[in-house]
Amino acid sequence: MLTRPEELLRSTPTGLYSPAGDFHIDPVSPVERALITHGHADHARPGHRHVMATRQTLDIMGIRYGDNFAGTTQAAELGTVSEINGVKVSFHPAGHVLGSAQIAVEKDGMRIVCSGDYKRAADPTCIGFEPVPCDVFITEATFALPVFRHPDARDEIAKLVKSIAQFPERSHLVGAYALGKAQRVIRMLRDAGYDRTIYIHGALTKLCEYYQSQGIDLGPLSPATLETGTPQDFAGSVVVGPPSSFQDRWARRFPDPVSCFASGWMRIRQRARQQGVELPIILSDHCDWDELTGTIRELAPSQIWVTHGREEALVRWCDLNGFAARPLHLVGYEDEGD
Amino acid sequence: MREFAALLDRLVLTPQRNGKIRLLVDYFRQTPDPDRGLALAAITRDLDIANVKPAMLRALVAERMDEQLFAYSYDYVGDLAETISLVWSAREPSRANAIPTLGDVVASLARASRSDAIKLVEKWLDQLDASARYALLKLVTGGLRIGVSARLAKQALADFGSVDVSEIEELWHGLKPPYQSLFAWLEGKAEKPASLAAAPFRPVMLSTPLEEPDYTKIVAEDYAAEWKWDGIRVQLTAETGQRRIYSRTGDDISHAFPDIADAMNFAGTLDGELLVARSTDESVEIGAFGDLQQRLNRKAVSARQMESHPAFVRLYDLLIDGDEDIRTLSFAERRQRLERFAAALDPSRFDLSPLVAYTTFEDLAALRRDPPHPVIEGLMLKRWDSTYVPGRPKGPWFKWKRDPFTIDAVLVYAQRGHGKRSSFYSDYTFAVWTGPEDDPHLVPVGKAYFGFTDEELKQLDAYVRNNTTERFGPVRSVRAEPAHGLVLEVAFEGLNRSKRHKSGVAMRFPRIARLRWDKPPIEADRLETLEALLRDSDATD
Repeated sequence: MLTRPEELLRSTPTGLYSPAGDFHIDPVSPVERALITHGHADHARPGHRHVMATRQTLDIMGIRYGDNFAGTTQAAELGTVSEINGVKVSFHPAGHVLGSAQIAVEKDGMRIVCSGDYKRAADPTCIGFEPVPCDVFITEATFALPVFRHPDARDEIAKLVKSIAQFPERSHLVGAYALGKAQRVIRMLRDAGYDRTIYIHGALTKLCEYYQSQGIDLGPLSPATLETGTPQDFAGSVVVGPPSSFQDRWARRFPDPVSCFASGWMRIRQRARQQGVELPIILSDHCDWDELTGTIRELAPSQIWVTHGREEALVRWCDLNGFAARPLHLVGYEDEGD
Repeated sequence: MREFAALLDRLVLTPQRNGKIRLLVDYFRQTPDPDRGLALAAITRDLDIANVKPAMLRALVAERMDEQLFAYSYDYVGDLAETISLVWSAREPSRANAIPTLGDVVASLARASRSDAIKLVEKWLDQLDASARYALLKLVTGGLRIGVSARLAKQALADFGSVDVSEIEELWHGLKPPYQSLFAWLEGKAEKPASLAAAPFRPVMLSTPLEEPDYTKIVAEDYAAEWKWDGIRVQLTAETGQRRIYSRTGDDISHAFPDIADAMNFAGTLDGELLVARSTDESVEIGAFGDLQQRLNRKAVSARQMESHPAFVRLYDLLIDGDEDIRTLSFAERRQRLERFAAALDPSRFDLSPLVAYTTFEDLAALRRDPPHPVIEGLMLKRWDSTYVPGRPKGPWFKWKRDPFTIDAVLVYAQRGHGKRSSFYSDYTFAVWTGPEDDPHLVPVGKAYFGFTDEELKQLDAYVRNNTTERFGPVRSVRAEPAHGLVLEVAFEGLNRSKRHKSGVAMRFPRIARLRWDKPPIEADRLETLEALLRDSDATD
């Protein structure tokens, strides 16, 4: 009989570990048995003996690490309960990126939900977050400060569309993380009526193809290479690539680019300025402050464990609002990625 | 308010001048009066509105949120207005038609007392979105700094109305926000507004650089020569009881130079060079440009500064003589008028810039190589028959600047550029040697980001990437040792003493003249070379 939630799940140097079930969630180094919430590199790492994740997350890991990224794999159906060493395990949509899931673990009537990364805002490229009642809720805290209030994503995409019309002789380079953000930007541009070919960096090719194969229509895409023409071919075009690529020599092929960055961090002007971003697009795959606090109110768990990000502010809010919360110091996650 | 906020958000992050102009022109086109004029005034900082103190804003926030959470937030963001704009939670969701316009905000604040102003601000914060809240807070705290000069704003107006910028400059000082008559004219809906200002600015005549093919044109019968003094070009106008000192772009800088304004007991408009100089019975001792800088960009000037750094104007030209506009006369005729006019002025504040006699072009070349005074930056060549026309026509006036100074310095840091250059390390900090001869170290003396070709930029960028020793955000420090590093030949126009720089010197207009791939870093110049140059210019003070 479990007496404390830490017997079901606790923080260890290799990541979240279940003593009762002898498995890890999103471990940071190779382990015997890993449950993976989603395909971002800091959560999904190669080299585990056995991996359980949603079909899409497994596919994404295969794309990123090759087919031999794990000894054996097991696809988890959303909402279906399976058992590992007597611990009930189920996956539920997290709304973060394609394939992302929260993982619920349960034994002796105690349930802990590890949300991984999640968001509550609408996203046309993945299934929306599903609240799962629980005793302990493990929440991320990437944007856990009251200054982070993500604006309506459609208004942000509209800023980009307006700028394309305003500067038709320049190319718009949109920095967006290769998994999730890039496809969301492209899909939302389509929803905003932008139907021209969108050029993509090589790092995006396979993931975009995968999204398309999963029924997410990204419209006409083309590699952003110069093999076929001159820099002027990119005048007026939208080019999407990972943020780091725009500081590389790679970016020089585009005429007088407007550098854009689609990220929740763009809420802070100084961040945009430091990175030389000309057009910040405030678009996040993580919860903002209101979504985080709203989710806690909605679930009203008896304990909240806060991880990767600005834990102290969210713990403070929980204290003020009568929720028991503590920071869960997990190592190895980048709180910067968005 | 939303459109204004969106404009500010983009202007702040747009590095290129043309990009900023495009954003401004589009805004003027899409925004009705009076908002566009008020936005223009806010940007050029000509908008005078009630001041709300930061402490009052902090008190407002404290009523609405936990202090600890605010402290975490402020600590993270670092800017009070931005923090408040982001953390603010409206008590009730705003209705679309309740969003105030910039005009509403300015008009209401104009009527409000200070205690009422803060209540208005609270109400608007509830109605606006985060971006507009930020614009509002910057507006009411007087902290609107967005990197748009008045000059750039005027250029945007000129582009918007397809007129020459000199026409805007000429009108500017007679106009008041929200500039409705100006916009109406620029849109072709009304006549050009009459210049209403007493003592208006007259757009100045500028010169083009003298280059090789034009050398043969310079003969004494056609061109007068005079020294080009290294101060700032000004226009002095005294008429109808008004006295004004304008910069060459039409900014009114009278307030910074009351010593000159007091001495303007004439009627007319003069063109000259503003210098710092002490006049005695026998001579005028001119200070270096660095001395003049002590007097520039100040809102007010103290009696002590006027005593230690007295302002002085060396006269080049006369545009209005009494109430007679003589800009259509030839330079020869205007010069005669100027000599008569100057004779009546206070000699402790004004003198004539002397003409330079010459017979052949070679005479001029020799004078340019070895000017008689360190505060001379070259020669001006003006056609005797040239009328005074605004702008920069090619031919009537040439400037022939002295060759720049050069030093060999070592590249020590490189920073990524902006816009087109954001993938290049294009801003270079360079250093010279100092300390003991047998154990020297490098001290940075300046930063340059132009002067090289596109091809050289690629080479420099590759060099920086391959020789990086440390990274700090967008900056890389580059390997710079006696036997390994890159020597840059740096050209510059002059040196000032600087307390801000560790080296004690600051360069004017530094640029990369040549890449000295061939030169070992230890053979680059030492700080003493620059210090000697400083002493040369001090010697004349």
